[in-house]
Amino acid sequence: MSNHIEYEPVIGLEVHIQLSTVSKIFCGCRARFGSEANAQVCPVCLGLPGALPVLNRKAVDYAARLALATGCEINPRSVFARKNYFYPDLPKGYQISQFEQPFCENGMITVETASGGKRPVRIRRIHLEEDAGKSMHQEAYVGDDESLVDLNRCGVPLLELVTEPDLTAPEEAAAFLAYLRQLVRYLEICDGNMEEGSLRCDANISVRVRGTFGLGTKTELKNMNSFRHVERALAFEYERQCALLTAGQAVQQETLLWDANRNIATPMRSKEFAHDYRYFPEPDLLPVEIETNWIEAQRRDLPELPQAKKVRYQEAFFLPAYDAAVLTEDADVAHYYEQVADRVDDKKLASNWVMGEVLRACKERGEGVTDLKMTPALLADLLGMLTRSEINSGMAKQIFEQVLQTGKSPHDLVAEGGLSQIDDHDSLQSVIQTVLQAQQKDVSAYLQGNEKVLGFLMGLVMKATSGRANPRTVTSLLREELAQLKNRL
Amino acid sequence: MIHSFTDLQSIQGKLAAGATSCAELTEYYLDRIHEGAHLNAFISLFAERARAQAVEIDGKQKKGTAGRLAGMIMAIKDNMVLDYGATTCGSHILEHFQSPYTATVLKKLAAEDAIFIGKTNMDEFAMGSSTENSAFGLVRNPLDNDRVPGGSSGGSAVAVAADFCTAALGSDTGGSIRQPASFCGVIGLKPTYGRVSRYGLVAFASSLDQIGPLTRSVDDAALLMNVLAGRDPGDSTSAAVDVPDFCADLDKPLKGLRIGIPQEYYGEGLDETVRQALQKTSEFLRDMQAIPVPVSLPHTEYSIATYYILANAEASANLARYDGAHYGARADAARSLEEMYVQTRSQAFGAEVKRRIMLGTYVLSSGYYEAYYAKAQQVRTRLRDDFDGAWQHCDLLLTPTCPTTAFRIGEKASDPLTMYLSDVYTVSVNLTGLPALSIPCGQDPQGLPIGAQLIGQPFAEGTLLRVAKQLQLHHAPTRQVLRLEER
Repeated sequence: MSNHIEYEPVIGLEVHIQLSTVSKIFCGCRARFGSEANAQVCPVCLGLPGALPVLNRKAVDYAARLALATGCEINPRSVFARKNYFYPDLPKGYQISQFEQPFCENGMITVETASGGKRPVRIRRIHLEEDAGKSMHQEAYVGDDESLVDLNRCGVPLLELVTEPDLTAPEEAAAFLAYLRQLVRYLEICDGNMEEGSLRCDANISVRVRGTFGLGTKTELKNMNSFRHVERALAFEYERQCALLTAGQAVQQETLLWDANRNIATPMRSKEFAHDYRYFPEPDLLPVEIETNWIEAQRRDLPELPQAKKVRYQEAFFLPAYDAAVLTEDADVAHYYEQVADRVDDKKLASNWVMGEVLRACKERGEGVTDLKMTPALLADLLGMLTRSEINSGMAKQIFEQVLQTGKSPHDLVAEGGLSQIDDHDSLQSVIQTVLQAQQKDVSAYLQGNEKVLGFLMGLVMKATSGRANPRTVTSLLREELAQLKNRL
Repeated sequence: MIHSFTDLQSIQGKLAAGATSCAELTEYYLDRIHEGAHLNAFISLFAERARAQAVEIDGKQKKGTAGRLAGMIMAIKDNMVLDYGATTCGSHILEHFQSPYTATVLKKLAAEDAIFIGKTNMDEFAMGSSTENSAFGLVRNPLDNDRVPGGSSGGSAVAVAADFCTAALGSDTGGSIRQPASFCGVIGLKPTYGRVSRYGLVAFASSLDQIGPLTRSVDDAALLMNVLAGRDPGDSTSAAVDVPDFCADLDKPLKGLRIGIPQEYYGEGLDETVRQALQKTSEFLRDMQAIPVPVSLPHTEYSIATYYILANAEASANLARYDGAHYGARADAARSLEEMYVQTRSQAFGAEVKRRIMLGTYVLSSGYYEAYYAKAQQVRTRLRDDFDGAWQHCDLLLTPTCPTTAFRIGEKASDPLTMYLSDVYTVSVNLTGLPALSIPCGQDPQGLPIGAQLIGQPFAEGTLLRVAKQLQLHHAPTRQVLRLEER
């Protein structure tokens, strides 16, 4: 990727995680969108004179889940603080956030890199805060001399997660974000949709001579709205910094905005980020006091995390690492798989079908795995019939499609549609004889030693029986028949 | 003048006897307000609405379904929001602001059939000690029109003193209920921080602000506290503490109560006549078999500096929302976002508000935070420790409310520091969250009222009211009706 092999990047991330609570963090307004602009607001999130915030306990529960899942220490007392700055999408003129005493600190996420290595990334802190509204400047419906503000998003709960600068490649940053997205989905605290802003990532990057430990001057990257763009922006900035250093120039500490259309990062005007936020403790809210018992209860309620699940699939189901990774990517898929695997002996067969047919069906139909009419129980029935050779795999796929359409059980479908397997020697023999008579040329090729023709002939027999013939029986009968022809020569 | 200077108890007696009606009372107060318009106590009046409510409540009175405050006609400081009329906070920046919702305290009062006759004038955003800082003109003391009524709840104190209403609500961040009560000769109570909901009180300094009553009688203050006090789920800082019946123990004898006399409140700068009035008050309480005890609050000298750092720091953030973007005044000549902010705030805020925003912004700035804000918080803890120490020796404290009686209009307006120093006896109470009450305890040679301040332990408003009741009955009875010609 780079011509600057002597330099290594040092990367830290700041991720905003929009929590999927029903209501906002400091008022009762709905936190999920759907209404028209400025309809999901009240005196509190509008910052009207006299209105006061009240903390949504659910947001604290969600914060605790992520804290525990990342091994952070939850502070027994954390404090909200006001972050002061002026902007039209911030109606109070300050954001309620946390500063000196964040919700939790000192965690760790271990990322698996593409090369199969493991990269431990320290989590410096995770804190709770409120989201701001949305400013509209360039949309088609906004006039040249105006800006519009939608305050529906004001007060939606956010977690801000800050890592130490422990990532050493743009790909690792992307892998970190992919894991974080998987984690927040497992924890059911965020939908993880980066394009829609549910996960927002800023990055800081510096470079240093490979093998040294000092930190160079860092720059901050903003405005990346997908994993791909985070990776690209970091790769761009790495190259830029290396080029500067190679040319004997210094890196300026500054904030850069990623331009996804031009694939370049350009500096923000210095005025736009020269803030003194003048943080101080929020006097309208009491400190968040957390008891050890409560933390333990939250810990017990934590679901199995994706990395642990992946290991378990390899150890308990003897699945290859690849299968385990695909099946555990999404918590719903993993749950689906486990329900199938509970009912069938061949765990790998179950894995093949879930990774293959089930995920393909989801993709084609645009449905979640829990929406499919092919339930785990029905799939287990189907796989049972397949294992017992009551149907062949071609039939199984046909039945799979029919179950998807109708939700009927595979047994019923087989009984109704005469789809059961033909295993009866007499009828199969007559089909085989018909096929062989029609294919004299291929038969002679076989008899002259071209064994490959067998598969072709086999396919014709299957076709003639609409795939219902038992392939094993057909193979042995076909061999017998051809052997007799050979003997007659 | 059948209604002059009556309290709610006697009004309700007359209502029950059919000797008067809410409608008649409303007309009486509206006439008084008209007569005393030169005092400039009100920013807005709700005459028609008040008349309609009076008729409605008179109807309830006949059916026996009227609330506990039927017959109470109230004036509300214009920094509490109502979903009708304007809420200006004495500022041009909110001159036409209409709140879509109503403050918790006003809902509670209305539910008990109090009638709001109008919103009272105040120092802009409650920043001031004289009500000379209102965008809608200064307020005059009804006892001497060349003198200030105190502030920032000057309009509410005047409304009570001049008999424009039965009682009023004020807010107290550093003495803004007690000091004007003292200057106007009425009773003003700042409850314990968290006792009364702040939801709907336009914030000045959130950790210090508290709403409280201004009344002519101790009984009315107690009754109002019964309605105002209590946990509000909409205010995270409101306390989950039981609310006693504040009227129940009002007449309990004072025998054995230990009254702390903090020496630091009787030192340099205290007017001699005020000192003598307090001395007499202390002697009266001893006669009532209470026990005066000398105590010390050694960090008192730091309270003014601490207060003006913390209050202004919080104010600088609380007032950031008045930026012209969403509501309130907006400078129309601005050509950019930044110009809009700068012009709107430069034009629509008054000088004192801008001074405090600047000070507050400064003390929170990077590099100064530790030296000012963080240090002030440490002193605040010391002040709390001082009071905790004093409570080992006494049940409440007796101090002057102010070093002087009402000063002349303009006397301190050009010298903010001298003005700030007049808050020396009132700010510690806000910094420590304690309840305190100011009650008239005498007059100076010009006939201007002197206020005694009673400071209580947390949530011990009942004790303060009990002592105040004896003072009102036997020591410094409330004045007779005030004539409203210009004085």
